[in-house]
Amino acid sequence: MAETAAAPKNVKFIITRQDEPETSPYTEEFELAYRPGMNVISALMEIQRNPVNAKGDNTVPVCWESNCLEEVCGACSMVINGKPRQACAALIDNLEQPVRIEPMKTFPVVRDLVIDRSRMFNALKRVKAWIPIDGTYDLGPGPRMPEKKRQWAYELSKCMTCGVCLEACPNVNEKTDFIGPAAISQVRLFNAHPTGEMNAEERLDALMEDGGIDGCGNSQNCVRACPKGIPLTTSIAEINKQTTKHMFKRWLGV
Amino acid sequence: MRGFYSRKIHSLLGVIPLGAFFLEHMLTNFAAVEGGASGFTDSVLWLNSLPLVFFLELFGIWLPLLYHGVYGLYIAYQSKPNLNRYNLERNWRYTLQRITGVVTFIFIVWHLWDTRVQVALGKVEHDQLGGVMHNIVTQPLLMTLYIVGIVAACFHFSNGLWSFLISWGITVGPRSQRVSSVLCLGIFVIVTFMFVLSLVTFRNDEFQTAAVAMQSLRSFI
Ligand code: HEM
Ligand code: SF4
Ligand code: FES
Repeated sequence: MAETAAAPKNVKFIITRQDEPETSPYTEEFELAYRPGMNVISALMEIQRNPVNAKGDNTVPVCWESNCLEEVCGACSMVINGKPRQACAALIDNLEQPVRIEPMKTFPVVRDLVIDRSRMFNALKRVKAWIPIDGTYDLGPGPRMPEKKRQWAYELSKCMTCGVCLEACPNVNEKTDFIGPAAISQVRLFNAHPTGEMNAEERLDALMEDGGIDGCGNSQNCVRACPKGIPLTTSIAEINKQTTKHMFKRWLGV
Repeated sequence: MRGFYSRKIHSLLGVIPLGAFFLEHMLTNFAAVEGGASGFTDSVLWLNSLPLVFFLELFGIWLPLLYHGVYGLYIAYQSKPNLNRYNLERNWRYTLQRITGVVTFIFIVWHLWDTRVQVALGKVEHDQLGGVMHNIVTQPLLMTLYIVGIVAACFHFSNGLWSFLISWGITVGPRSQRVSSVLCLGIFVIVTFMFVLSLVTFRNDEFQTAAVAMQSLRSFI
């Protein structure tokens, strides 16, 4: 035979596991046969099908979360080789080996790679990241949005609440109650909307409460980490401007 | 007080009055470069001849410094640096802003002890401060520590201006933040140059005469 069959390649994984929220984490190694196009989620699925670790011992399958498998839902965020990102978009071909996988510890760990991102959804509620149009009668069509504004607002609307920007932020940690970049950017989005604008001050008030926008220290990691390329630092500076103006207006009573 | 307002005050005090005083201090010191020992003494005496100088110092320096410094230490404590994960220029500046804040704090306490506190204790007169500085900067170790402290303070001030502009929503987009980065780097270079040049000038012998006079005065007391 002219061609020799390629030696079967193996891929090594070092996974940080945790059995329960309160128990201490430990690492477990896995070795899987390489398949073209495999990514971190498909590797985890493989481990689920055949839960045997690198030592050959039977083990409990690794838990993780995922839904869309195309980097739009944000559920599969984890720390892969030191960087928080979406596991479904992490191709093994592009990763250094062994592949180290950890949960995003900024959030409470539920089990293995499963984390509880409730704080992000609570943050969206706190800043009222919606447009209140429900009522007892039809309000009719709202004002139109200029196309130019729609274009950048659309970029902000791509946020999938994945939590990567919080994991990347040195000011989001157990010593602070900083709300994080994502919710601040959503305030900018809803304050830019011609109907949402009518409730702009309520959202600014929420960000001027404890744990609000004052927690930002301008490390600007978030904008580099966001998988959706959302201009988070522009949003933060814009909301700095809006809250500052709002503060002076309140003082002057206008 | 709610975090938002206390943080806004921290930010404002960093520029007004602390930043303004920092620049004024730089110019006073630079009088030593331009006018020698007598030039320096003149500008120190002029400063101290300002009306209500006690209140100027209290509300323009002491209290703002106490507030900004102590709150700044707390802000630095709250940070969880992650340069290992994000080895990025802005993240470096964020981290250095905190480190230089702490270094500046220690340096200011030491420097005030050497100078203003000695004046307050009546051990030194204002016009002898040039001599005090001469005695410090002619010792290589102390000179090195002074340079470290001054470079840290200069970085903290210049990069602080950059982040001040963001904290108040003055520079919003990436372009304006890039331009302000360059401007603040320029400010850092100029301010550091002027402070360090003054420090080097204090090594001149003409400041020694003041120092000798002071020493004889001390032994006399
Ligand atoms: C006494 C010791 C000091 C400490 C511990 C300290 C600490 C800090 C810290 C941690 C920050 C970062 C705040 C943030 O990014 O949110 C900061 C900001 C700042 N500091 Fe200081 N600082 C000190 C002295 C000074 C002095 C003497 C000046 C003036 C020359 C100054 C000017 C500034 C400015 C302009 C900012 C930027 C404010 C902002 O980003 O809103 N600091 N300081
Ligand atoms: S802003 Fe980006 S990084 Fe942050 S939660 Fe939204 S998508 Fe994720
Ligand atoms: S599964 Fe939805 S982003 Fe990965």
